[in-house]
Amino acid sequence: MTSLASRLKGRSELGVAALLGAVGALVLIDAARLVVPYSQSDPVGPKALPIIVGGLLLICAVLLAVNVLRGGRGEAEAGEDVDLTHPSDWKTVLPLAGAFIANILLIDWAGWVISGTVLFWGSVWALGSRHYVRDGLISLALALLTFYGFYLGLGIALPAGLLEGIL
Amino acid sequence: MDVLSSLMDGFATALTPMNLLYALIGVILGTAVGVLPGIGPAMTVALLLPVATVLEPTSAFIMFAGIYYGGMFGGSTTSILLNTPGESSSVITAIEGNLMAKAGKAAQALATAAIGSFVAGAIGTSLLVVFAPIVVQFAVSLGAPSYFAIMVLALLAVTAVLGSSKLRGFASLGLGLAIGLVGLDFVSGQARLTFGLPLLSDGLDVVVIAVAIFAVGEALWVAAHLRRTPLQIIPVGRPWMGKEDWKRSWKPWLRGTALGFPFGALPAGGAEIPTFLSYVTEKRLSKHPEEFGKGAIEGVAGPEAANNAAAAGTLTPMLALGLPTNATAAVMLAAFTQFGIQPGPLLFQNEGPLVWALIASLFIGNFLLLLVNLPLAPVWAKLLRLPRPYLYAGILFFATLGAYSVNLQAFDLMLLLVLGALGFMMRRYGLPVLPLILGVILGPRLEKQLRQALQLSAGDVSGLWNEPVAVVVYVIVALVLLWPLAARIWRARRPRTGGLVVAGGPAVDGPAAGPATAPSVAAPAAPAAVEGPAVEAPADRGPDAGRRRADAAHANHGQEKS
Repeated sequence: MTSLASRLKGRSELGVAALLGAVGALVLIDAARLVVPYSQSDPVGPKALPIIVGGLLLICAVLLAVNVLRGGRGEAEAGEDVDLTHPSDWKTVLPLAGAFIANILLIDWAGWVISGTVLFWGSVWALGSRHYVRDGLISLALALLTFYGFYLGLGIALPAGLLEGIL
Repeated sequence: MDVLSSLMDGFATALTPMNLLYALIGVILGTAVGVLPGIGPAMTVALLLPVATVLEPTSAFIMFAGIYYGGMFGGSTTSILLNTPGESSSVITAIEGNLMAKAGKAAQALATAAIGSFVAGAIGTSLLVVFAPIVVQFAVSLGAPSYFAIMVLALLAVTAVLGSSKLRGFASLGLGLAIGLVGLDFVSGQARLTFGLPLLSDGLDVVVIAVAIFAVGEALWVAAHLRRTPLQIIPVGRPWMGKEDWKRSWKPWLRGTALGFPFGALPAGGAEIPTFLSYVTEKRLSKHPEEFGKGAIEGVAGPEAANNAAAAGTLTPMLALGLPTNATAAVMLAAFTQFGIQPGPLLFQNEGPLVWALIASLFIGNFLLLLVNLPLAPVWAKLLRLPRPYLYAGILFFATLGAYSVNLQAFDLMLLLVLGALGFMMRRYGLPVLPLILGVILGPRLEKQLRQALQLSAGDVSGLWNEPVAVVVYVIVALVLLWPLAARIWRARRPRTGGLVVAGGPAVDGPAAGPATAPSVAAPAAPAAVEGPAVEAPADRGPDAGRRRADAAHANHGQEKS
């Protein structure tokens, strides 16, 4: 058991294999539910590709699990602003996701101008800027500009929400 | 159908003041996003798709063409002025380019990259004009079996040839194909993978998927690993070249173009292999081999030309066959569908004026890039100083806006977050993004061809290979799949003289050693080979050299910035 535990340590990539397996199983289960009417005009039917795709995903899941257990590792992607020397910084990512979710919850009810401001301000804050007032003004300006830009320039009416009638 | 007169008509359309304006917007926007980290041409085109639907299709594609070429251009600026390359295609440019900039020759490096890109773009686009109609002529005679085979080839080639781990490439492809399955089956009308949600029955919007994977995934990923110490940006004035620089640059430009275009036009197109080949060629032919590793101008001129010629080459299968092989081309293909235009060999016939205007605008955009970018280089360098919180918050803001404006439903934003998390995970665990996007876009078309092919043969499996072209393509597919195996055997027999691997030795001890030694992850010649020049960077630069090597290899194993 201890050897298993030590082998599992630092192998979070097995989660990827599990995800692939789960998606593969899902695709296959969903495919099993499809009815294939006998048809001269469509001998392949709606089931064939899902079965192939589900199979591919399952095979990849197994091979990836084996690969990871034998010491293989996927290489994290580098980039101009990416510093891979420190581990994932959840203190930045989670508030960022929070700002994103706040926007989803607010957009239809409070409208884009409010939710967009919250989104931008929250994201900038999560990413480390502490100029509260300046960031707030920039956020509001961006949200207002895009609202009117989309409405006047493109004819796309973003939701006005609470500010209906004012904007 | 005279090619030349069609092209002239194209120029007439593209040169109207409005379209010229869109071309200009395109190249400036494209260069800007190419320069900025974390955002690239594919994502920009995806974000602009909902906005562009109010435009004439022709104007929209003229703008997209500008973004496409501009993005390549901007990428080289970043890699010369910063010491980390942003996209795989500019890894090689970054090696000598950054060294030149450090040696005080940033202006010459930018100039040879810009002018070389222009030369390669002009020649590459001319070759596109010559070859695309020939490919079309050949392609219209092909039936469903051949198309099915060609699409299989494109998917497998992009998955198996590019990137460091085939296994992870196939995993990504599988996920993409699965996402592409969501929605109503187009023949039987049955819902697949919709889980009873009516909102899913039309399938997932390509805009939402592309924006989620490229923009949201990237922003979250960078946020998790944000570099807290600002990058060193080398200050630069106006790019210029002396007489000696011209003399040393023009041949590498032409050779780079000759290498880049054919590789771009292949179904497994990509800029990594030709840029690397160009680097090696220039190093071998140079009269100043001692300058390589200290900032040789040939090492910037050749790869940069190869990069741009490959970008032009990629458009050949995209326009002639409806077959995209890089992320931007894939999103542009989705744009055709968005406008109700059927991509494929009939595109030239049905949408002739649009296609020729698009091609003409490539020439115009290429010229505008040269005109705009030589004087603007200092401005682009300033753009690199944009505070990162604003940059990444802005990416999330506009990603949300773009995805929401497609259908105006909050549900799409949830998809955006879920798929964005998937994009984050893929970056964390080294799953390449390109196979997923191609799977999403080509999967449904692949299925259509498969069903059509077997419908014609009344269910007989031989209907898949009853066209000679299909048989030939399957042979190539087999070669692509078996090649690494053959290469491995060959290398085992004759150690350290592998075909492309010039610096054969270091190929095993680089950062790629992890996956390369793992089972079922055969090391394809290319990524291993790319380490060659990186490794040869002078060792006396201490830890910095080591980091560069890691960066170069990483970026190559990642994917082009999207």
